[in-house]
Amino acid sequence: MKYTIKEDPHKNEDVQEIMAISGQNIFSCFQCGRCSSSCPMAEFMDILPNQVFMLLQEGNVEPLMTAKTPWICAACFTCTVRCPVGLDLAAVMEAIREKQLRKNYDYVDPYKVEERDILPPIAMVSNFRKFTP
Amino acid sequence: MVMKRIGVFICHCGRNIAGTVDVKKVAEEIGKREDVAIATTYVFMCSEPGQKLIEDSIKKYDLDGVVVANCSPTLHERTMRNAAARAGLNPYRVEIANIREQCSWPHENEPEKATDKAIRIINATIEKLKANASLEPIEVPVIRRALVIGGGVAGIQAALDLADSGIETILVEREPSIGGNMFRLSETFPTLDCPQCILTPKMNDVANHPNIKLYTYSEIEDVSGYMGNFKVKIKKKATYVDWDKCTGCGECMKVCPAYALSEYDFGMAKRKAIYIQNEQAVPLKAVIDENKCIKLQFDKKVREGKIKPKKHVRICEKCVDVCDAQAIHFKNNEEIIEEEVGAIIVATGFEVMPAEKFPELGGHYPDVVTALQFERLLAPSGPTNGIPRRPSDGKIPKRIAFIHCVGSRDPEHGVPYCSRICCMYLIKQATLYRHAVPDGEAYAFYIDIRSNGKGYEEFYERSKEEYGVVYIRGKVGKVYKVGDKYRVQAVDTLTGRVIEMDVDMVVLATAAVASKGIKELAKKLRIPYDEWGWLKEVHLKLRPLETPVAGIFIAGTAQFIKDITDTVSEASGAAAKAMAMLSKPKLEKEPLLAKVDPEICAGCGRCKEVCPYGAIDIDPRRHVAVVNEALCEGCGACSANCPTTAIQVVNFKKPQIINMVDVLAEVF
Repeated sequence: MKYTIKEDPHKNEDVQEIMAISGQNIFSCFQCGRCSSSCPMAEFMDILPNQVFMLLQEGNVEPLMTAKTPWICAACFTCTVRCPVGLDLAAVMEAIREKQLRKNYDYVDPYKVEERDILPPIAMVSNFRKFTP
Repeated sequence: MVMKRIGVFICHCGRNIAGTVDVKKVAEEIGKREDVAIATTYVFMCSEPGQKLIEDSIKKYDLDGVVVANCSPTLHERTMRNAAARAGLNPYRVEIANIREQCSWPHENEPEKATDKAIRIINATIEKLKANASLEPIEVPVIRRALVIGGGVAGIQAALDLADSGIETILVEREPSIGGNMFRLSETFPTLDCPQCILTPKMNDVANHPNIKLYTYSEIEDVSGYMGNFKVKIKKKATYVDWDKCTGCGECMKVCPAYALSEYDFGMAKRKAIYIQNEQAVPLKAVIDENKCIKLQFDKKVREGKIKPKKHVRICEKCVDVCDAQAIHFKNNEEIIEEEVGAIIVATGFEVMPAEKFPELGGHYPDVVTALQFERLLAPSGPTNGIPRRPSDGKIPKRIAFIHCVGSRDPEHGVPYCSRICCMYLIKQATLYRHAVPDGEAYAFYIDIRSNGKGYEEFYERSKEEYGVVYIRGKVGKVYKVGDKYRVQAVDTLTGRVIEMDVDMVVLATAAVASKGIKELAKKLRIPYDEWGWLKEVHLKLRPLETPVAGIFIAGTAQFIKDITDTVSEASGAAAKAMAMLSKPKLEKEPLLAKVDPEICAGCGRCKEVCPYGAIDIDPRRHVAVVNEALCEGCGACSANCPTTAIQVVNFKKPQIINMVDVLAEVF
C-alpha cells in the first residue's frame, strides 16, 4: 500500500469542501482514537472514524467517496460528545455523505431493482433520496 | 528642565527591523529635530559595540536624554539604562521606542508605511522623554528570614537549601506530616528508588535543622507587607493533642473505635479518628479528626444544645486511658502565630482529578482507581503491602488496563495540557505490577508515549522487553461492568480495529491540577494563577521561579506539573533566588511608582479600592491618599481611576501620555 502526497492537503478542494459543509476544522484532530473506541457501530465500518480524519489530513479523499462508513454512522453523536478537541464528527460524516451524493456514486436505477414490487414504498422513496442522481 | 540634547539610537536588529523599516531614512528624519543632537543607526544596539556607541555618544555630545529604538522594553530596557548609567546619565532619562514588535513585525508587507510609523513612534517617545524626571532607586530594609509554603519534596529541598546557607526558614505544611505526594509513591521512575527511603533522610534533616522552624497541620491565614518585609499569620489547626508530650507510640490508634477513609492512602484504606499520618511521619505526632471522634462529636452536640446530658458522662476517651504520656487533652488548641520574613517560596504542589469525574471510563466503580491511588496499592508501605488487591473484594487482579491521558489533552472534558508525568508513572506502575504479580497481564492504552527525560526512553523499552507490558495505541472509549470483570472498549488505531477486553482492574491516569486551596492562598499572596490554579511565573523561559510580586518565588509543581528531578532542581533554584535577595543589606526597587499631589487629592479613596497591591491608604487627618512606596509596583491602576489626576505614576504623567497620543494620532 502506498499513497503519494502530491499537494498540500490544506489546499485540496475536496478537503476544503468537506470542511465548508461540516463547518469543522478537520486538521485539529490529533488521532487519539476516542471516536472509534466510543462508536457503537465502529466494528461494522470499513474505515474507522479516526482513520477518516487521517485520510482527510493527508488529502486522500478518494477512499472516502466509496466508503460505507458514513452510511453506517447512526449519527448517535457519541463521538461528538467524546472528542477532546470538540470536533463534530457527525457533521463531517454528513458532509462525506453529501459529497458521495453529489458524485452520484452508487446510485439506484429504479428499473433495475428486481424486488421493487415487494419492497415497501417507503424503502423505495428513501432509496431515491439517498442514491438517485 | 526641558531636554535639548537628545540622542536617538536606531537598531537594525539584523533584518528584524531593517528588513522592513528604512532605518537610514528614519535616522535622517529624526535628525532634523532641533532637540535631537544625534540620530544614528547600528546593526545590534544590544551588542557590546552597540552599548559602547551609546556610552561614547552620551559623553561626546553631552546628551541629557536617550531614545533607543529597538525591541520591546521588557527585553533590553535594563541593558540600555545600565549603559547610560555607566556614561553618567541618569538611567531614567533613557526610553525605549518599540519599533520591532509594534512596527516592523506586524507591518512586514508595507515597508513604507512601517517606516512612517517608526518615525512617529520615535517622535512620540521623544515627547515623553522630554518630561522625564531623573530618579534614584528606592531602598527598603530586608529581614533575613524565609517562609516556605508546602512540605512536599520541593518545600523540603528549598527549606534545607535556605537553612544550610544560614537563613532562618519557616516551613508550613497543612497535613500532619511533611512528605507530600512524593512520600506516597510506590517507587520513582526511572531508577525505581523507594521514595520512603530517599526522602526520609531529608525529612529528618528538616526536623532536626537548627535553622528550620517546622509548622505542620498549619495553614497560611494572612500575608501582608512587601519584599524583604512580609508579615505572615499562620494558623495552627486544632490537634486536641499536646504535641510536646506526644511520643508517637501509636497506642491510641489501636484502641480508637472510630474510622475514616485515610487521606494519606487516597481512600484506599481506613484510618482511626485519632491517627498518626504514617509510620515515618515527621513530626511523629497524633492528631484527632474532630469530625470523626466520638467524644468531640458528643461535646459539640452538647455545646449546640442538641443533647442535654443529665449528669456528667464519660464518652469513649479510650485513647486517654492508654496514653502513658497523658498528651490527649481534647482541648481546641488552634492558635495563630505571627512571623516576619523577607522572602516567601510557594511550593504547594499538585493533585489529580478524581476518577468519579470520568463515568464513561467507569470512574464510579470501586476497582477503577486513579494512578495515585494505585501507587498506594503498589507501595510496600501501603495498605496491601505492595501486592495490589482489588478494593472491592481484595482479590489480586490478574489483568489490569492502564489508561493514559484521562482528562489531559482534552480541553472539552478536562484540561488542554499534557500532564507530563502520566506516561512515565503508568509505565512504572505496569512494570511494578508485573514484578509483584508475575502471572498478571498489563495493558497500556496510550495516545503518545512521552518519555522525555534522562533514562526515560530506556525505561519504557525495558517495560516492553523485560516486563511484557502490552502497549495499544488508542484512547479507550468506554469501561463497563460485566459480572465481576470490567469490559474495556478500545481501539487500535495502528491496525484500525476495535478492541474489546475484560480486565480485573482499571487504572486511570487522570489529569494533574494544582492542589486544593491554591487560589485562596494566591489571593492572600496577591500572586497570579491560571484557570487550573497553576501559579504564573514572570517569564516562562527566563524567569520561571519568580512571581510578579517581588520577594515571592515559586518552586515545583505549584508552577506546573513536573517530575521529581525538575521539582528538586527548581526548589534549589528558588532557594538560590531567595538567598540572593536576602543576602543584600538593603533592597533596591524601581522608583517608577505612584505619587500623590496632596494639593489636588480630595481623598475620595477610589485609588485605594483599585490598588491590587494594597499600597494606598487614606490619611485620616489630612484626608489625602498616601502611597506605601515599598508595596507599590507602579501598575497605574490608581492613576487611571483618579478623577483629578492627583495620583500619577512618575515618568508616566498625564501630559506625557497626552503628548505621545498627540504625536501618534496626528494626521499627515
